[in-house]
Amino acid sequence: MAFRFDDQQRDVFDGQRRDGTVPPRSGVGLKPEHYRTIVESNPDVGFFEVHAENYMGAGGPPHRYLTEIRSRYPLSLHGVGLSIGADQPLDRDHLERLRQLIERYQPGLFSEHLAWSTHDATFFDDLLPVPYTAEMLARVSDHINEVQETLGQQMLLENPSTYLAFAESTYSEIDFIAEIARRTGCGLLLDVNNVHVASINQQWDPVRYIDEYPLAHVQEIHLAGYTREEDDKGRPLLIDTHDRPVDEIVWSLFEHAIVKLGPIPTLIEWDAKVPAWPELKAEADRAEAIMVATDAKEQRRAAIVR
Amino acid sequence: MQRLSDRQRGFATALLDPTLSTPPGLVGPDGDESPKRFSVYRNNVVVGLTEALQAAFPAVCRIVGEAFFRAMARTYVVSEPPTSPILLDYGAGFPDFVAGFEPAASLPYLPDVAGIERAWTEAYHAREAVALEHTALAAIPSDRVADIRLALHPSLRVVRSQFPALTIWRMNVDDGVPGSVDFGSGGEDVLVLRSAAEVEARLMPPGGAEFVTALANGQTAAEATRSAMGASALFDLSANFAALIGAGAFVGYSLVDGMNPREMKAARA
Repeated sequence: MAFRFDDQQRDVFDGQRRDGTVPPRSGVGLKPEHYRTIVESNPDVGFFEVHAENYMGAGGPPHRYLTEIRSRYPLSLHGVGLSIGADQPLDRDHLERLRQLIERYQPGLFSEHLAWSTHDATFFDDLLPVPYTAEMLARVSDHINEVQETLGQQMLLENPSTYLAFAESTYSEIDFIAEIARRTGCGLLLDVNNVHVASINQQWDPVRYIDEYPLAHVQEIHLAGYTREEDDKGRPLLIDTHDRPVDEIVWSLFEHAIVKLGPIPTLIEWDAKVPAWPELKAEADRAEAIMVATDAKEQRRAAIVR
Repeated sequence: MQRLSDRQRGFATALLDPTLSTPPGLVGPDGDESPKRFSVYRNNVVVGLTEALQAAFPAVCRIVGEAFFRAMARTYVVSEPPTSPILLDYGAGFPDFVAGFEPAASLPYLPDVAGIERAWTEAYHAREAVALEHTALAAIPSDRVADIRLALHPSLRVVRSQFPALTIWRMNVDDGVPGSVDFGSGGEDVLVLRSAAEVEARLMPPGGAEFVTALANGQTAAEATRSAMGASALFDLSANFAALIGAGAFVGYSLVDGMNPREMKAARA
C-alpha cells in the first residue's frame, strides 16, 4: 500500500511544488524509460532529480519531457561532470551550461561530487577519488567558491564512495568534508549508500560516520544499491553500481540518519538495469514511510520529555 | 609528499593503459598497496564508456554480437576517450573508427549503419525548430521559385551508403527481424530528421542526397536541381520537394542572393 502524507502536510508541499522548493519527501532519479509513465499517470512522489549532463543537448525529447515534468514537480539538479576535485581550472563552458540549465529549470537543489573526472582534456566518466590533503582542500574549496559565485546559489557536495585510500592523506574524510563546508558555506548531500560502501571498503564504522558527520549542513540524502566483490586479500570490496534495490543494511543506516535529521529530501538513485516504474516507486514509498514513522516517534518522545 | 598534480597525472595515465602498473601509494585499509582496488576505477571508466557506446549503437551491436561489439568499443574508448563531460556528444567518430577497424572489414556496410545510428542520436538532441508548411512556399512568385535558398531543419542529416544500410539498420533495431539482404540492389541514401517529437529515417530517391546536400551548402533550388540531375537522370524535382516538405525538412527560405540559409529566420506563413 502506498503511503500518503496527511492533508495539512499536502497543502504545504503543494505550495512548495509551485515555488520549486524540494520538499522533505522521497524523490526519484528521472530516467527516459519512465518519461511516459510519469507524464501519463502523475505519480505521487516528492520530486525528481536529473543528471545535469543528460540535459545539455540543444533540444529534443529529453527537454520536452523535463519541461513538462518540471511544470508538475520540484526538481533537483545533480551534476556528474564538473570535476571539482581536479587539479586544474574548472571548465568555464561547462559551468556556463550549468548556469543556463538552472536558469531554465529552476531546480530547488543543485549538487555535485567530491571527486574528479577530467584530466587535461580527457573526460573519464567516473567519479575518481581525491587525497585528503591540505593542497586538495584548498583546491576543492576554491572550486566550490567559484561554482557558487558563478551560479549565484549554494551547492551541495556529495560524500564519495571510495575503493582505495591515498597514502598521502592527512585528514579523515569527515574532517575534510566538514572543513570544506566551513570554508565555502556549501551544503552537503549525504549519500547513505556511499557511507556504507566506503565504510566497508575502508574498514570504518558506518554508524559512527553518520554520528560524526556535520549533519547540520545536510540538505539531501541519496539511497542506492551496490555490488559486492573482493579485494587482493579477500576482504569485501563494495562497488557503487546503482543497479539494484537499496540494501537492507543501508535502509537501517538511513533510519539512523533520519532520527537525527528528521524528514529530508531523499532520492532513490537507480541508474543501470533500470526497473519498471512500480518497483522504483516502491523504493521511494519505503523511504517516505521511514521518514514519517521516525518523525512521529520522535514527536511522541519529545512530547513525553516535555 | 606527493604533489597533487603528479598524483592525478599518474592516476589518469594508468587508468586507460592496463600495461602500466598501479601508481604507488594507493592502498587498502591496512596501508598496503592494492592493485585490485585501483582496477575498479580502470574497469568503471572503460566499461562505463563502452556501455554508453552500446546504448548509442544498438544495431551495430546486434549485427556483430555483444562480445565483438564490446571488444571493438573498448579499443575505441582507449584510443579516442571523450573530451567533454556531455556524453551524448561521445561517439561522433565511431563510424569512422568502425570503417578502419580491421576485424570488422568483412562487414563493409557496418560503418554506414553506425553512421545512421550516430545521425539518429544527433537528430534526437538537435535544436528545436518549426518546419515550413506547404502553404508557406505558396507565397513565392512562380518566376522566383528557382532562385530561393532553403534553410534546413537543424536535426536533418544525410547518410549515404553504397550498401542497403537503411534496410539492414531497420532489421536490427527495436522489433526488426533480420532477413536476407540483396546486396545487388544498390546503395541507399538516408534522410534522418526529427521535425516533430520522433526521429525518423527515410530512404531518399535517386539524386535526393545531392539535392539536399547542395541546398545545405547554400545553393539555390535551381543550382541544387542541376546537381541532382547530374547525379541521377531519374531525379524528380517536384516529388523530392513534396517529400522533403512533408517530412518537415525546411525551416525557412530566402530570395536574397548570397545569404547563408542557415542564418535565415523562418518565414512567417
